[in-house]
Amino acid sequence: MAGNRVAVVGVGQTRYAAVRDDVSLPGLLREAVFRALADAHMTMDDIDAIVVGKAPDFFEGMMMPESYLAEALGAVGKPLFRVHTAGSVGGSTALVAATHVQSGVHDRVLTIGWQQQSVSEAMWALSFPIPFQQQLVAGAGGYFAPFIREYIRRSDAPDHIGILVALKDRLNALKNPYAHLHEPDITFESIEESFMLWEPIRYSETCPGSDGAIALVLASEGAAEASAASSGVPPAWIHGTAMRSEPATASGRDQVNPVAGIECAADVYAQAGITDPRRQVDVVEMYVPFSWYEPMWLENLGFAPEGEGWKLTADGATEMTGDLPVNCSGGVLSTNPIGASGMIRFGEAALQVRGQAGDHQVDGARVAVGHAYGGAAQFYAMWVVGADKP
Amino acid sequence: MTTEDRRDRSISTLPDGLWTQPTPSVPVDLGDDPVRRQVVPAAMRYNYSPGLASTRFLRGLAEKRFLGERCPETGEVYIPPRGVSPVSGLPTTEQVEVGPKATITSFCVVHIGFGVNAPPTPFVSALFLPDGAAVSLYGTMGEVPHDEVRIGMRVEPVWVDDDQLTESMENIRYWRPIDEPDVPAEQLKGHM
Repeated sequence: MAGNRVAVVGVGQTRYAAVRDDVSLPGLLREAVFRALADAHMTMDDIDAIVVGKAPDFFEGMMMPESYLAEALGAVGKPLFRVHTAGSVGGSTALVAATHVQSGVHDRVLTIGWQQQSVSEAMWALSFPIPFQQQLVAGAGGYFAPFIREYIRRSDAPDHIGILVALKDRLNALKNPYAHLHEPDITFESIEESFMLWEPIRYSETCPGSDGAIALVLASEGAAEASAASSGVPPAWIHGTAMRSEPATASGRDQVNPVAGIECAADVYAQAGITDPRRQVDVVEMYVPFSWYEPMWLENLGFAPEGEGWKLTADGATEMTGDLPVNCSGGVLSTNPIGASGMIRFGEAALQVRGQAGDHQVDGARVAVGHAYGGAAQFYAMWVVGADKP
Repeated sequence: MTTEDRRDRSISTLPDGLWTQPTPSVPVDLGDDPVRRQVVPAAMRYNYSPGLASTRFLRGLAEKRFLGERCPETGEVYIPPRGVSPVSGLPTTEQVEVGPKATITSFCVVHIGFGVNAPPTPFVSALFLPDGAAVSLYGTMGEVPHDEVRIGMRVEPVWVDDDQLTESMENIRYWRPIDEPDVPAEQLKGHM
């Protein structure tokens, strides 16, 4: 990885829920920020710069909220930077924050991702009528379902793979106190019988809409070691960072297995010295808003050959007890404050290699991957974090 | 604010209020029931300047024609045209009429409609590749049971009545099958 060493030394999450109207938006963000600072044994005075990200402003109907939130974020008199990459934004934001340290400009950077889906409705935002544009009258699932159908056609995967993913992620969420959906009674049958929304995607194979925020504290080598010495919790060292994008509509573009995702993964593994991701990665937090994206991304990110990702799911390899646990936190399928969802993946990866994931901790996890995608499956962000200094 | 107030915000066609907002899951002491949330209708009016390529495309639609534009490097035709090729980055200048016949590159059966223009459920939302174009358009299928729709199916647009035609994508009511053999799915890869 290029530049100075950087590590995650603080992770703070809010309780995620459909509606968090027990707090204002500034209050919601401060809930995550103060938890991250407490985890890092720092105060706001220690922070040099702040990098924020959220999903597109029209999802909530509030333009440039970072301006009015500057005081709540402790950003007065400090650099405040906002990142925009649609649903992948939480991941991209953490990567931009990392560059602030890698470059040697800052030693301690606070990064925050958030969304209040309750104050608006992303499904509406993606479906409102514009006569001069093609109109999607089917929400986000209606956009992605045709590519899932094509994946199933190409791979000849059995119909129940999506149900297995949803069941695993929702059961994992029971071990994560922050997760939005806690459904102790969920079963294979209850998912199979849930309302078919966008064939082949059922209601229980779909992410919820959530309110919530996550904050991370990133630190330079010296600052990270000082923080760890004070807190007693080891840092999660960043071993690789990569972003890639591709046009939404372009001839030759394959939305089932996008080139930008393949190249993003190849780049981040090369930086981290990973040549066999299936064997060398201990745990993955992957952006899976609809169940079938687990097998699709297992292939896209190089964990399985093309057409065979579903076999890892079918064999239980991606369960917490498997050899490649995916989304031990419950994933996007259990919690989806869109602007935060990517950073939650990155933060959960860091928690795993710090040994701080609680009941959903994978024993002995030393290398973890965080992954996010966004837009028309066109923006990709990934990092590899490790318990060892790179 | 009561649960009923939130259920007022009917945002989907799902039964039993699914996808409306449930009550808060985090308990709080409200004291004397302060106002925590208001629902305020809002609307915005836009003046839209489509630019040269989109203007040509939209005027074509008013004549029931699909006007794409060709990438000068790859020769492929993009629709709706943006005035620039997303592959080469070069300006597109040559207009090319494509379609109106098209092929379904993929689809889903939708049991929930979002937006005022959503048809009755279930309906088929599909990607339609007009003959001669390199990328697909979004639309809905009609005049065929949803379980008979296939990847590779040949289709044509059904337009609104001539006196209803405007410079709008809404000129296309839906697409319907035509009696031509399916296109093999492998030929459609990369054109969704």
